[in-house]
Amino acid sequence: MDTKTRNKALIEEVLSAYPEKSAKKRSKHLSVHEEGNSDCGVKSNIKSLPGVMTIRGCAYAGSKGVVWGPIKDMIHISHGPVGCGQYSWASRRNYFIGVTGVNAFGTMQFTSDFQEKDIVFGGDKKLDKLMDEVETLFPLNNGLSVQSECPIGLIGDDIEAVSKKKAKAIGKTIVPVRCEGFRGVSQSLGHHIANDAVRDYVLEGSEGKTKGFESTPYDVAVIGDYNIGGDAWASRILLEEMGLRVIAQWSGDGTLKEMEATPKAKLNLIHCYRSMNYISRYMEEKYNIPWLEYNFFGPTKIAESLRAIAAQFDDKIKEGAERVIAKYQPMADAVIAKYKSRLEAKTVMLYVGGLRPRHVVGAYEDLGMEIVGTGYEFGHNDDYQRTTHYVKDSTLIYDDVTAYELEKFVETVKPDLVGSGIKEKYVFQKMGIPFRQMHSWDYSGPYHGYDGFAIFARDMDMAINSPVWSKTKAPWKK
Amino acid sequence: MSQSAEKVLDHMNLFRAPEYTEMFESKKTCFEGGHPDIKVQEIADWTKSMEYREKNFAREALVINPAKACQPLGAIFASVGFEGTLPFVHGSQGCVSYFRSHFSRHFKEPSSAVSSSMTEDAAVFGGLNNMVDGLANSHSLYKPKMIAVSTTCMAEVIGDDLDSFIKTAKQKGSIPEEFDVPFAHTPSFVGSHITGYDNMMKGVLTHFWEKAKRKENKKINFVGGFDGYTVGNLREIKRMFDLMGLDYTILGDNSDVFDTPTDGEFRMYDGGTKLEDAKAALNAKGTVFMQQYGTEKTAEYVKSKGQEALVFNHPVGVTATDEFLMAISKLTGKEIPDALEKERGRLLDAMADSQAYFHGKRFAIYGDPSLCMGLTAFLLEMGAEPVHVLATNGNKDWGVAMQALLDASPFGQGCKAWAGKDLWHMRSLLATEPVDFLIGNTYGKFLERDIGTPLIRIGFPVFDRHHHHRSPVWGYQGSLNVLVKILDKIFDEMDKSTNVAGKTDYSYDIIR
Repeated sequence: MDTKTRNKALIEEVLSAYPEKSAKKRSKHLSVHEEGNSDCGVKSNIKSLPGVMTIRGCAYAGSKGVVWGPIKDMIHISHGPVGCGQYSWASRRNYFIGVTGVNAFGTMQFTSDFQEKDIVFGGDKKLDKLMDEVETLFPLNNGLSVQSECPIGLIGDDIEAVSKKKAKAIGKTIVPVRCEGFRGVSQSLGHHIANDAVRDYVLEGSEGKTKGFESTPYDVAVIGDYNIGGDAWASRILLEEMGLRVIAQWSGDGTLKEMEATPKAKLNLIHCYRSMNYISRYMEEKYNIPWLEYNFFGPTKIAESLRAIAAQFDDKIKEGAERVIAKYQPMADAVIAKYKSRLEAKTVMLYVGGLRPRHVVGAYEDLGMEIVGTGYEFGHNDDYQRTTHYVKDSTLIYDDVTAYELEKFVETVKPDLVGSGIKEKYVFQKMGIPFRQMHSWDYSGPYHGYDGFAIFARDMDMAINSPVWSKTKAPWKK
Repeated sequence: MSQSAEKVLDHMNLFRAPEYTEMFESKKTCFEGGHPDIKVQEIADWTKSMEYREKNFAREALVINPAKACQPLGAIFASVGFEGTLPFVHGSQGCVSYFRSHFSRHFKEPSSAVSSSMTEDAAVFGGLNNMVDGLANSHSLYKPKMIAVSTTCMAEVIGDDLDSFIKTAKQKGSIPEEFDVPFAHTPSFVGSHITGYDNMMKGVLTHFWEKAKRKENKKINFVGGFDGYTVGNLREIKRMFDLMGLDYTILGDNSDVFDTPTDGEFRMYDGGTKLEDAKAALNAKGTVFMQQYGTEKTAEYVKSKGQEALVFNHPVGVTATDEFLMAISKLTGKEIPDALEKERGRLLDAMADSQAYFHGKRFAIYGDPSLCMGLTAFLLEMGAEPVHVLATNGNKDWGVAMQALLDASPFGQGCKAWAGKDLWHMRSLLATEPVDFLIGNTYGKFLERDIGTPLIRIGFPVFDRHHHHRSPVWGYQGSLNVLVKILDKIFDEMDKSTNVAGKTDYSYDIIR
């Protein structure tokens, strides 16, 4: 049976486990890629079915966990009951440099810890008082954001009014964010809501705050890099080396001041399109700043991206890009020489969020590996369109995959490596299949940039070629 | 360039290379808009002052770094202790992703649970359809023997009624009429994860017991409570009970599902209390509760059914374990066997060997309320001083009981229980009334870094050390593990503070 036929049969098989109504709905999210098509043949950004064990999160996770949380000099208040802030406390590894609790707050959990009385009587007064307490205890904070949890929108609190009043009284930026977890179908709407809050409460009126900013023709902003394990740093270094000036990082290791200065950029460079295309489009419209998607995973895509970025500038930068490529390519070649023979022809199934289900494909291919299945937790159709440039014919595609489907897919496809998240990791390792977390880089990283590629290659090698996987069956078992 | 194929540097070392440190400095100076270093230092020092402590303790609205999670986490923990049980959390779906991640990060194991994935329309119209479709999907896909339903705060705020929803779902044919679906309302804005455990445990027992008639037998039940060491602890309890020759039922035995083998097969369900046994547990003579705080309602419930409830506070050490075993012996009429008495003697032997290193050492402890009490009692037994004992989810009653425990010991004089406080309060306590060691979960590492108090990891969650949950902290054997864990840190610190050659090396002893 060829791969395409097998994959189609596999999809039919998993669908048969669902009640009829649900099978019909899920069938639209599973597909086998046909080369030449304009998308991957799946519907996306649709409500998850109840009870199926979706891997998705919520709008709060998209706003607090992804977009806002990494802004290090602001205090992000998880507004509502204790849980949301607790489970997302310091777990995403967006690295930053600062004195925690004094001028940086990225690995702290600030919450209004709602009690029953707050639900009954509303939490606005508590929020008002809480902001004063923040200001007393953390005078070097440069601003606040209010990250709404589910109850806020349900009990009719007016966090906008409280924020406005307190911003005036305290004299700092205070950003109310309506990212209640029940809004939308996944993290994705949370990204969008968070982007809109940046637009309305940071960029709006930022002109006055950038007086004295001295522009250069080479000012760029890095958008949609959350600095997981230091990704944004391993990217920034390349951009600076080619002669550009990175005036802002969104949002890994970022600050409020950097966000405010971004309208001064000549070009916005977008890594995670999914989570920050909104604000980039806005800046294009409002400030005429063009934006460019780039990909810093693996030397092939890095070189392509460096040249594409340089093409937006003058010869000095173009030469700079060539200089950077010439400097790092020998190291990348040495990495490939070291690991490719151990990884050649190994197959990989991915299931991640944001940009990674497509962006990392090139890095695997640089090592001679092949992607045989991929899918997005919270992608939209434009993600699946972009994915066609990365995946081959017959690749298994799964949108908002359920735990049941992914397990069955992996069981049949038998990839040499699965790349997904913490909830999936141990499922597949129990099955004896090498696994890497591709959200947190499995506590490693960075994976971006040339420096990151060396780590990526090492990590994939140590996952796949670890001796432990050869021992999953007891030797006396036939 | 510091990176090379020969010696791949990851974040631990890469970013210490000069090309990066220079880049960080220029980013900071040119773009970040931060405060001057001198100001940062001034404020950093001020946060450790008594003046700051007073302002910090004056907080009424803001909670910073709490040592507690929310109810449905505990409900899931209780649910997966029953055979083939799928936890089903009614409400927003993001919560369930968080719960599953949280358990996987602690146990390094899969954690299976489903959500009814309620969104805006459910917020308006209620989540009945989500329950009806969700139960059908879960039942078809994951073939559970039981589905245990709890709630997120979304479903609680809009007032969804689980009892009627589940009945309606059955009427609509989502799941068979006779299929077991215990439930518990678990609002996140009441109590903490330990409350959720209690509610779910009571929910399961109510489901099985409410319509049954009790016929007392000689068995006993055991309820561990929410426990990060459940894998090691429940196995240790079973070993001790087997040594005593008891006939018992562990209610909510999740020691296998959080410790499945790597043998080529993923077990979504493993072990757990048999549903038949959970039903029959009504007939037991009594039920043993290992953690008073976080099982109050379940304890009341078993008493209301005519059972005796034996209630403990996470016993650690000789006296606490003695009392635990004697109470069980009294309840069941079974003797404490020589084998356990010998273990007792070995524990005491170890304690005697090491007590000099504990004596007079000052400790701070935080964690779930019963855990705090168990560890405190053990430290007092060793002659150590538990100076600050803090439970974010400890209520007033706990505060009183904890203080009484401290006051009753000569080593507890001047020591204080802190109910309802968080880890930012603890930071002020450590800064203004320093101690030698801190006992707490992984989040304590931020305190260790800020204040310099060495952290001994005992609690939940422990994300940044592996496999601790596999070793018990209950019983004589478990107490020995606690002893060694604390002692190792004491010795490590002695070595670390005496290892400068030519300066402090005279105390760098090879025999201690």
